[in-house]
Amino acid sequence: MTSTVVIDKAAPTRPVKLRSMSRDRTWALRWSYFFLTLFAVFALVPPLYMVITSLKTSAEISAATNPWWVYHPTLSNYVELLTSNQFLTFFRNSALVSIFVVTITMLISVPAAFALARMRFWGSATLATGVFLTYLIPETLLFLPLFKMFVAFGDLTGIQLINKWYVLLVIYPTLTVPFCTWIMIGYFASIPKELDEAAIIDGASWFQTLTRIFIPVALPGLIAATIFAFTVSWAQFLYPLVFTTSTDQLVLPVGIVTTLIKGDVFAWGQIMTGALLGAAPPLIIYAFLMDYYIAGLTAGATKG
Amino acid sequence: MADVAIERNAAPRTARKRASLRTALKRKSTAAFLMTLPLILLISLLVIYPAFYSLHLATLNKSMQRFIGLGNFQFLFKRETFWLVVEQSCIFAITAVFFKALIGFIVAHFVHNIPAKGQRKWRGMLLVPWVIPPAMSTLAWLWLFDPSYSAFNYLLAGVGVDRIPWTGETGWARFSVILVNIWFGAPFFMIMYLASLKSVPDQLYEAAAIDGANWWQRIWYVTLPMMRNIIAITTLFSVIVTFANFDIVRILTAGGPLDRTHVFATWAFRIGIEGGDIPLGASVSLFMVPILAIAAVFILRDINKRGNES
Repeated sequence: MTSTVVIDKAAPTRPVKLRSMSRDRTWALRWSYFFLTLFAVFALVPPLYMVITSLKTSAEISAATNPWWVYHPTLSNYVELLTSNQFLTFFRNSALVSIFVVTITMLISVPAAFALARMRFWGSATLATGVFLTYLIPETLLFLPLFKMFVAFGDLTGIQLINKWYVLLVIYPTLTVPFCTWIMIGYFASIPKELDEAAIIDGASWFQTLTRIFIPVALPGLIAATIFAFTVSWAQFLYPLVFTTSTDQLVLPVGIVTTLIKGDVFAWGQIMTGALLGAAPPLIIYAFLMDYYIAGLTAGATKG
Repeated sequence: MADVAIERNAAPRTARKRASLRTALKRKSTAAFLMTLPLILLISLLVIYPAFYSLHLATLNKSMQRFIGLGNFQFLFKRETFWLVVEQSCIFAITAVFFKALIGFIVAHFVHNIPAKGQRKWRGMLLVPWVIPPAMSTLAWLWLFDPSYSAFNYLLAGVGVDRIPWTGETGWARFSVILVNIWFGAPFFMIMYLASLKSVPDQLYEAAAIDGANWWQRIWYVTLPMMRNIIAITTLFSVIVTFANFDIVRILTAGGPLDRTHVFATWAFRIGIEGGDIPLGASVSLFMVPILAIAAVFILRDINKRGNES
């Protein structure tokens, strides 16, 4: 093999071959850009069409003009939705649910991940695997028994949780906590043992080791987990559809789907505006914290 | 610090050390247990208990007063709709996961191929479908597929193709839900494959090139073996998520036309919540368990293998 290389180097055909290789490379690059553009169009058409439709009046939507172009752009859909009490209620409910769920998730999963990653105790390995398995159980398997359980709970104690937005604070953590704990175990386990040993020698308690060493060092993981918890609770559709029905208790995705679609074809301008506003918070977070977002996405399978 | 250490050494150490070790150990495990207690409570009360409770629910009659054993399952097996749902769930999951994996693999290669400077921008654009909440983006697809104002049909009319009943006809409706699912899920595969492509050492490709491998051989003998684990884990993850999908089918077709696009989750919702027959709905959703369990076992094996390798 080495001899071939040596001969190749000495041969006069070398520059010719190099040029052809670089030409291949250029063509490969052109094809890559061509197909990437194709896929990017595929990926971006629905969101772009949301923007296009949201800028149209009902009259323009129902007219037989080119649907891909806005002839008379208007912000009236946005103004109408952002001044509608109903829509603002949905937005408030969504925001409250997401913020509380993120807080609850972090309060449960960070200490648990710390304990599972560093303080070996009876059953800790099994528990870590169990946490991961829980993450694999989809919500579509649990919504009926959970619904029945909350109805029974209401009958038993008189505390009616069904059809209140805060019931989601109890349910959403089942979706967020397992994954956040799992990726935090990965991040905590990657911190060198010497670091916390040094802290313990200096007289730090376990709690201090967690807050002074682990949380600051694993901050990127913590941000990734926070983003995950937020996007999951913002996007969740099945649980709010099952557990809440009154319009003042709905969160954004369910609110838009159930109240704006009235069988009236020309409400599409408002539906698209609502959908766009509903997609905005995760998109904004993604735009600013893309690297953390992707780290959280890939951590599930690459850590552990 | 040093003083303390020396003092300890000087003292009759074996006994003291063992005692302090034991108390420390005791304190440590108690603390650890307390720290994991909320997690254990949450998982056992709101995940494990309902999972077993649904087994119990599935054996009750509609009013949940009477035990009827396997009556719900017998009833399901006799219904034609049930077999339609089984068929559609399998078609939906297998086709969608296959194309998501394929498109993700191809796109990841293209992104990996271009200069590193531009990769961030492309990756950012291509991941957008995954970031938008699926309930919201499916609304956009619903509007794109609208029977009378479909923007796709407008474009197709421009090239002389007849109007397509995207969500109105069995074949097209099945195609549409799968297409939307691919659109939503392919970016996830892309990002996972891209991460694992970057971890393949360049020397391997150089060695393959010196040995005269063409691009196909390089993919088959270098890239695929190096990515095997990630491909397996991502695909199995996606099988679970796709098989249990609810949002897309619910919003796009709500199971129609004539129950032809129902998957287990949407049919369970239709029966259990809209039809008020919780036990029958729970029985339907239990049919997801075998496939999910198989996928979970394989994922767990792969993840453990990965942990042992590193």
